[in-house]
Amino acid sequence: MARAVSIRRKSLNTFWAWLVALILFFPILWTVLTSFKPEAQAVASPPLFVDFDWTLQNYRDVQAQRAYFGYFWNSVVIALGSTGLGVLIGIPAAWSMAFVPGRHTRDLLMWMLSTKMMPAVGVLVPIYLIFRDLGLLDTRTGLVVVVMLMNLPIIIWMLYTYFKEIPGEILEAARMDGATLGKEILYVLTPMAVPGIASTLLLNIILAWNEAFWTLNLAVVKAAPLSKFISGFSSPEGLFYAKLSAASTMAIAPILILGWFSQKQLVRGLTFGAVK
Amino acid sequence: MSTRSSRKAARLMLSPSVIVLLVWMIVPLAVTVWYSLLRYNLLRPERTGFIWFRNYTNFVASPAFLSSIVNTLILVVGVLVITVVLGILIALLIDRPIWGQGIVRILVISPFFIMPPVAALIWKNMFMNPTNGLFAEAAKFLGLPPFDFLGHAPLASITLMVAWQWLPFATLILLTALQSMSSEQIEAAEMDGANALNRFWFIVLPHLSRAITVVILIQTIFLLGVFAEILVTTNGGPGTASTTLTFLIYKEALLGFNAGTAAAGGVIAVILANIVAIFLMIAVGRNLDA
Repeated sequence: MARAVSIRRKSLNTFWAWLVALILFFPILWTVLTSFKPEAQAVASPPLFVDFDWTLQNYRDVQAQRAYFGYFWNSVVIALGSTGLGVLIGIPAAWSMAFVPGRHTRDLLMWMLSTKMMPAVGVLVPIYLIFRDLGLLDTRTGLVVVVMLMNLPIIIWMLYTYFKEIPGEILEAARMDGATLGKEILYVLTPMAVPGIASTLLLNIILAWNEAFWTLNLAVVKAAPLSKFISGFSSPEGLFYAKLSAASTMAIAPILILGWFSQKQLVRGLTFGAVK
Repeated sequence: MSTRSSRKAARLMLSPSVIVLLVWMIVPLAVTVWYSLLRYNLLRPERTGFIWFRNYTNFVASPAFLSSIVNTLILVVGVLVITVVLGILIALLIDRPIWGQGIVRILVISPFFIMPPVAALIWKNMFMNPTNGLFAEAAKFLGLPPFDFLGHAPLASITLMVAWQWLPFATLILLTALQSMSSEQIEAAEMDGANALNRFWFIVLPHLSRAITVVILIQTIFLLGVFAEILVTTNGGPGTASTTLTFLIYKEALLGFNAGTAAAGGVIAVILANIVAIFLMIAVGRNLDA
């Protein structure tokens, strides 16, 4: 009998868990569904769930009217560029703090984290004016640098917690065998650190892709990424639900899929190893 | 066993990061402080001069300032309370044996990956719109009058949107913490006759305290900077009903072209954020060392 009860209980738990999960996911599901509706059916009352005339017209319209791929390409360049640059600068720093810790390593890490605490809006005016004077407004270079700086503390912290888990003895053994510092990093450390570096890359690409303060304020047209693209729908264009949905789906789909792959690493990454 | 040369190499490898972060932190901040003491309107560059703290008094004296502080607090605390409380409940729910836990996790985490302006526009237009949003349809179905969420409860509506985005994050962290709990402790308490509420209160919650602290710390960092959600939904209105400190400074700077006053606001924001940060660092430092 105990087994029957436990199956009943498991069914009940499953029901509630799925219900909650579907409620949380519903806005996304609804957006994707609406993106395939003809505009007139998107505002039908009562709403149509699946029994509408499925169409791809909205996607074609959004690309034709608003040149989606230009924005998409800018997002790709900014997300990959800023993350790549950040990891390139961050790896040596994290390496040295993890394997040659000094008296101030902890303070240094805390200080790096504290730069994240500084509200971006606090330095909006000077950054805007400096960018204007240097001709960096509305350039991908400028945005790559700013987004990189926004995420660098997180990149260093994540790499640091991953590197910390690599046993230092292995490095010492390599050193004893006469490996130079460069060889040590290239042949011993890097292979062991690849999973950590990969999840750092993944998570920071997601953060950079979704960055919506600097990209909205420093980009105009040329360098505008998807955050800017979608903000163009704020009104009154946003009332064309089917087109808004198609645009939204195009803006979130790539990163949502990346996110699903990264969710296992997300927790330890974003809590800097404090929760595992 | 670090030798002197490896120490030197370590310093060398550390320096690019430290230098760029130092520059990123100090240069704009110094310039902000400098501008905040000047008469500086981008539209009237001929009017210059050092005016000491007049920008500060102007910024603080404007009626929007106090309400922006209150709005910021409501938004941050509101989102924190919703995400932590619901996060614990959902984490407890998912942690129990269920079918399809992997898919449930993926569904629950998804809102976290949605770009803020996208999330805000979906909620604003397709759900909260009083004429043909889904909530209005639901109200019609129930025979109730539709409610203009963003018109009549703008701050609460934005809090709801932001909470939707951060609930997955809180849930996932709390779930991870729950899964690291030993079941023996719970079973022992069960045998000693502790009921579910007592087990939760005296065993589960203390076990989660570290994870809760981390959730609060990290969310606060991001929540103080909430921007796009306000920009694409209410633009801070109606009036200043949903203007947070971040948004007030943005309005001053890029809409009012008043670089001096905006800079003063920026300095105030930095000071306030640092006060919050110090408290958080103390709390977290205590919790993380233990």
